[in-house]
Amino acid sequence: MIEWSMDSFIWRALLGGLGVALLAGPLGCFVVWQRMAYFGEVLSHSALLGVALGLVLGIHLTAGVAFVCVVMAILLMLMQNHVRMRRELPADTLLGVMSHVALAGGLAMLVLVEDVRFDLNAYLFGDVLAIGWIDLLWIFCAGMAVIGTLLFVWRQLLEITLSEEIAQVEGVPVKRIRLIYMLLMALVVAIAVKIVGVLLMASLLVIPAAVARRLARTPEQMAVLASLAGTLAVIAGLGASLQWNLPAGPAIVLAAAVMFVAVQFKPL
Amino acid sequence: MATPCLLEASNINVTFNGRPVLQDVNLQIEPGQIISLIGPNGAGKTTLVRVLLGLQRADSGRIERQPGLRVAYLPQRLALDATLPITVERFLALSAARHDKPVALALEEAGIAALRRAPMQSISGGELQRVMLARCLLRNPQLLVLDEPDQGMDAAGQQALFHLITDIRDRYGCGVLMVSHDLHLVMAATDRVVCLQQHVCCTGHPQSITQHPEFLRMFGQPVEGLALYAHRHDHEHDLHGDVVDD
Repeated sequence: MIEWSMDSFIWRALLGGLGVALLAGPLGCFVVWQRMAYFGEVLSHSALLGVALGLVLGIHLTAGVAFVCVVMAILLMLMQNHVRMRRELPADTLLGVMSHVALAGGLAMLVLVEDVRFDLNAYLFGDVLAIGWIDLLWIFCAGMAVIGTLLFVWRQLLEITLSEEIAQVEGVPVKRIRLIYMLLMALVVAIAVKIVGVLLMASLLVIPAAVARRLARTPEQMAVLASLAGTLAVIAGLGASLQWNLPAGPAIVLAAAVMFVAVQFKPL
Repeated sequence: MATPCLLEASNINVTFNGRPVLQDVNLQIEPGQIISLIGPNGAGKTTLVRVLLGLQRADSGRIERQPGLRVAYLPQRLALDATLPITVERFLALSAARHDKPVALALEEAGIAALRRAPMQSISGGELQRVMLARCLLRNPQLLVLDEPDQGMDAAGQQALFHLITDIRDRYGCGVLMVSHDLHLVMAATDRVVCLQQHVCCTGHPQSITQHPEFLRMFGQPVEGLALYAHRHDHEHDLHGDVVDD
C-alpha cells in the first residue's frame, strides 16, 4: 500500500499521463478513421531504435526517439506512395514486417550498446513513475505544438480522410497535410512511449478512439471524447497501479479496455 | 473555334505493368456539353478520368486546362468509413469552407433538403450520389466529372438522376464528363458519346454513333433499338423513382 500523499513523483506521473492521453485522443481518431493502426505500431516499435541511438550519441533519449520516429514517418510516407503502384504485397503485410523488424532491430541494438543506466522494461512497458521534470517539459512543449498544428490542419485532414481524391481535385495539398499528420504522430509517439511503453503505445491511440466512436455524433465530439476517455484511463490506471502495485502502462491500457467493453452495452 | 475548350487532352498514353491501358487518346470538353464515356470493363475509362483530373500521371501526352478551371468530381466509390461519425450537412460544410455558396442551397438544388441532418452512414446509395452531387455544386463547377453516378440505382432512380444532371448543366452552363454503363440512358441525356477501348474507337452524337461499325462491333446489334429512345419528361420522380403528383 502506498500512502496517498503529495509525493511529487505521483503528480508528475499523473500530469505526464494526462498530457499524453489528451494528445493521443484526436490523433487516435484519425488512426481509426484511416485504418492506420499498423502505422501506430511501426512508429511505436521503432521508438526502441531511437532509444538505442540516444544511448549511443549520449543525448536525451526522447530526442533520440523523436528523431527516429520522424525518419520512420517519412519513410512510411514514401513507402505508401510506392506500395500503391505495386500490389503484390498488401500494405498490412508490409507494415507487419516493418513493425517487427523495428522491434527486433531495437532490441538487438540495445544489447549491443549495453548500458547500465538503462532499464529495458521501462521502455517496453512504460514507467510512468519515473517521469522527470524534463520529460514533463517535453510533453508540454510538444503537446502545445501538436495541438496548435492539429487545429490548423483539422478541416483539410478530415477532407482527406473522407476522400483523398476529391480533396486533391478540390485543391487540398494532400501530400503536405499527410506529411504533417505523420510528423504529429511521430512526435506524440516519441513523448508517450516512456509512459505506456513501445508495446502498448498503439493501444493508447486506438482504444480511447474506439470508446468515443460509440458516443459521438460529430468528428469533433469523437476527438474530444477520445481525449476524455484517455484521461480517465490514465487516472484509473495510475490509481490501480499504486493501489495494487501493478505496472502503470498495462494498468492504463486495461482501464481503457474496461471502458471499451462498458460502452458496447450502450444502444446505438 | 466558336467556344474555347475547358479541357483538352491530346495523345494520352498510359501503360500499367507493360500493358497498355490508354493509347493515343484525344478528348476535348466544351462548356455546356454532356459527354458520355462508355466502353467495356477494363477499357480504361476510370484511368482516363483520373488522368484528366491530375490524380494519375500519363506516360506521355498533354493536358491543357483552362486556367483557373473549377472542377468538381464525383468518384466511382466513396469509401466512407463507418467509424467516422458525420452528418450530411457537416460533410458538405467541409468543402463549403472554401466557397461562398450556402450548403442549404446546394442541398435544395440536388433535391435532398430533407437529408440535411442525417448521418452519412444512414442514407441509401442513391441518396449518397445526390449528396456527392450537392458537394460538386458547392464549387459552382465549370466542369463536372462523374464516374458512374448511376451505379446501384434502378431505372427510375437513374432517370431522376440524369434529369438532375441535365438540369445542372442548363443552370450552370458547365461541361459534363460522365462515365456510364447504361447505354439506354447515355443515349437519352448526352450530347456526345465517346467509346473507349484503350483508344477512342468512335465518337459522335448519340444518334449517329449507333451506326458506326466500331460501336456495333463493341455493343452488338440490339443497341439500335435503344438509340431511338428519347425520354420526354412529363412528370417528376422522387429519389426512389416514384412519380410525384403536385
